[in-house]
Amino acid sequence: MVLATIFQNGVSIDFYIVLSTILFVIGVVGVMIRRNAIILLMCIELMLNAVNLLMVAFSTYFGKSDGQIFVFFIMVVAAAEATVGLSILVMAYRNIRTTDVGIFNNLKG
Amino acid sequence: MNLETFAIIMGGLTIGSALMVIISKNPVKSVLFLVLTFFFISGNYILMNAQFIAAVNIIVYAGAIMVLFLFVLMLLNLSKENEPKNSVFVKFAALVAGGILFTVLVAALKDGVVIAAATEDQSDSIGLVENLGQILFTKYVLPFEVSSVLFIASMVGAVLLGKREKQLID
Repeated sequence: MVLATIFQNGVSIDFYIVLSTILFVIGVVGVMIRRNAIILLMCIELMLNAVNLLMVAFSTYFGKSDGQIFVFFIMVVAAAEATVGLSILVMAYRNIRTTDVGIFNNLKG
Repeated sequence: MNLETFAIIMGGLTIGSALMVIISKNPVKSVLFLVLTFFFISGNYILMNAQFIAAVNIIVYAGAIMVLFLFVLMLLNLSKENEPKNSVFVKFAALVAGGILFTVLVAALKDGVVIAAATEDQSDSIGLVENLGQILFTKYVLPFEVSSVLFIASMVGAVLLGKREKQLID
């Protein structure tokens, strides 16, 4: 077999569970400690990628391709979300001249 | 060098560059570190025999989405000086909350894995484009078509939002 699966070579699935959990938590912490709205959107992308990593890991582990198709759809949704989010951000910046999410609460009412 | 040390090194690099995304004060540096993180994640995909997803990850994320972020960042004229900051207390509380979340997630997921070995005959070809395309256009053809509607909706929304609105206050 030319392409040996990584899980048949000593790496356990727990390694990828912990790795993608760490990436997800980094994204969550980033959303909480930063106030720049662009960095917040980037942290959301980071969380989506953590989920993608775990999907691919399980897809390889079980030998089924459905997980990788789901990764494909998550990428589609992430692209759409980034487009709309960034255009909302640019529009808000034109009106209030900042990307600080603490000042965005002036938008209510 | 065996595959296990390679996977550990790749994972460590991924975590390090992901940390630099939220640590670095300059937003442009954050975007560039996020691109680096996506390249390392693609390296992880290649290690797991998901070659098509690795290529798509680089093309779509590092090529399209992050360039979009970079353009918007240049449009907004941000710098290190007017970067909004949270107080130390909020940062500390966020770190504690993140640590607790990590502990709970790992404790819940660690022992919940069903042990099932990959079936021998198809395990090394599931990540290739032939197999993925076969499944995408037969089993998952309805979500595939619906995602095109989603793309049209987001395109119309982006054009509508990006249009300069009429100045009401003069």
